[in-house]
Amino acid sequence: MTQVSTRSWGDSPEDAPPGKKAVPEGLWIRCPACSGILFRRSVENNLWVCPECQHHFRVSGEQRVKQLADPGSFEPMNADMAPMDPLNFIDLQPYKERIAAAQKKTGQNDGVQTGRAFIKGRRVILACMDFTFLGGSMGSVIGEKITLAIEAAGENNLPLVIVSASGGARMMESGFSLMQMAKTTAALARFDDQGGLFISVLTDPTTGGVTASFAMLGDVILAEPKALIGFAGPRVIQQTIRQELPEGFQRAEFLQDCGFIDRVIARSELRSEISSIIDYAGK
Amino acid sequence: MEKTNGYSTTYALAFEQPVIELDKQIASLHERQNAAEYAEELASLQANRDSLLAKLYRDLSPWDVVKVARHPDRPQTWDYINLMCRDFRELHGDRHFGDDPAIVTGFGRIGPHKVMIVGHQKGRSTQQKIDCHWGCAHPEGYRKALHKMTLAAKFGLPVVTFIDTPGAYPGLKAEERGQAEAIALNLREMSRLPTPVVAVVIGEGGSGGALGIGVADRVAMLEYAWYSVISPEGCAAILWKEANEQNNTAAAQALALTARDNLRNNLVDDVIVEPVGAAHRNPKLASDNLQNWIVEQIRDLKRFKPQTLVQRRYEKLRRIGAHSSGA
Ligand SMILES: [Zn+2]
Repeated sequence: MTQVSTRSWGDSPEDAPPGKKAVPEGLWIRCPACSGILFRRSVENNLWVCPECQHHFRVSGEQRVKQLADPGSFEPMNADMAPMDPLNFIDLQPYKERIAAAQKKTGQNDGVQTGRAFIKGRRVILACMDFTFLGGSMGSVIGEKITLAIEAAGENNLPLVIVSASGGARMMESGFSLMQMAKTTAALARFDDQGGLFISVLTDPTTGGVTASFAMLGDVILAEPKALIGFAGPRVIQQTIRQELPEGFQRAEFLQDCGFIDRVIARSELRSEISSIIDYAGK
Repeated sequence: MEKTNGYSTTYALAFEQPVIELDKQIASLHERQNAAEYAEELASLQANRDSLLAKLYRDLSPWDVVKVARHPDRPQTWDYINLMCRDFRELHGDRHFGDDPAIVTGFGRIGPHKVMIVGHQKGRSTQQKIDCHWGCAHPEGYRKALHKMTLAAKFGLPVVTFIDTPGAYPGLKAEERGQAEAIALNLREMSRLPTPVVAVVIGEGGSGGALGIGVADRVAMLEYAWYSVISPEGCAAILWKEANEQNNTAAAQALALTARDNLRNNLVDDVIVEPVGAAHRNPKLASDNLQNWIVEQIRDLKRFKPQTLVQRRYEKLRRIGAHSSGA
């Protein structure tokens, strides 16, 4: 029997142990795309994009905020909100221990940073997901913080920018995680009724319950080059159809060809792209 | 089509084996020429069998519940439509791409109410199962659902959804045609649909594919349905590194996926009781229980203006979550 579900954290080799694929340590690093040996500082100064082949490294929520917001402009909201383990979930390791380890590693309470910010002088509500925190999986905290961010944008008539990076809904909060999909999208319905502008930025990877909720509902949807974006994970699809997936399948460029995102935008162009869209929308 | 005896079901679950043994004994007594002489024994055997069945189903493990929810004889959307609806008028197609039989939509009358029915269909015959992808809908299925729900709202008809899917279809074409976007759009639009919406998980409530027709004013689960962010096997494969009987059992337990678990966690509003030994043993009774619940909810929801309904629906969704306050 085929096993199917909204894709959750850890569903593909690509998002297995967060940290292994996140920005590597050391003075020199190897680009996973072109295998070039790169001076770490030069990549960092290039927004974590390979100067040789333009490979976009994954960045943490913290780095993303720094890259997008005008210097010093980010004012976090609800930064203290932390997960609770409502089901006392224990698999091979207790969820509480997984949370503690992720918090220690990232210095964050959960996998999204939300707050007020300026982007090229335009006021926005900004949310940046963090794939390094349990694969960016959405549980109650991410659902609530995203919802509060949407509501804040609505109340203050500000543009909303959400940068997604997530393996999907967080299994360890089961039904609570699933219902965050309904909660965040319901908040977006109201924001839409209020005439709000939502710019959704999809980064590598954005899959499962995050793609199937707020991430795909942007008034304008942007994506970073070659970002993996989909509902089901490539491995699950491969098991279902029992054949090799075509080259470039579920990558940002593929989604643009299929008509589901507006533009593929290089990281270096994101700030100007976002500010221009805000200006066109008159927000 | 009354199915009241265990031996009339064609497929026995492992934990039901003791009941099946008793059913066989009862059947062989019935077949005797002088069966009348054994009336007392028969009555006592039948009583034993009934209480054993009731006890087995009272103590089901969550993983057993999943198996019951997947029982091949378990009533599906079309069965309930046939059992409870007068004058059902099926409506096909999403007006964009095609018609997905994995989601059935149409006008129907349930009790005194004219409604729009939207439900997953897994298929009964092998051909139906293939056509329905075992209840795994494609984007056109979700878009068909949204199109018909919007139609219902236009004419003030309540929407009734029956959820029964292992998950949305995870395939090449489904991705190409925007599975994620289709589900996301349904979630957003259902949250503001200006008409009463009631949803019942009648079998499997597999993740986003279930929720894609599950945002409602009132949500119930049949007693032996399951509803969760992921299937036990999917969860076991990832977190326990391997899906097998033991890990699936543990995952089903951990995911809190039964009707009573979901009720306790305030993720659904009601549990609808099934006949002793589950819905497949008495589809008519299961259908009656389901119908009574639906009729009552719609009667109640019709008191509210559409804007009030939408407001209350939002407030209900807004409360869901378990996190520290962190202002
Ligand atoms: Zn490179």
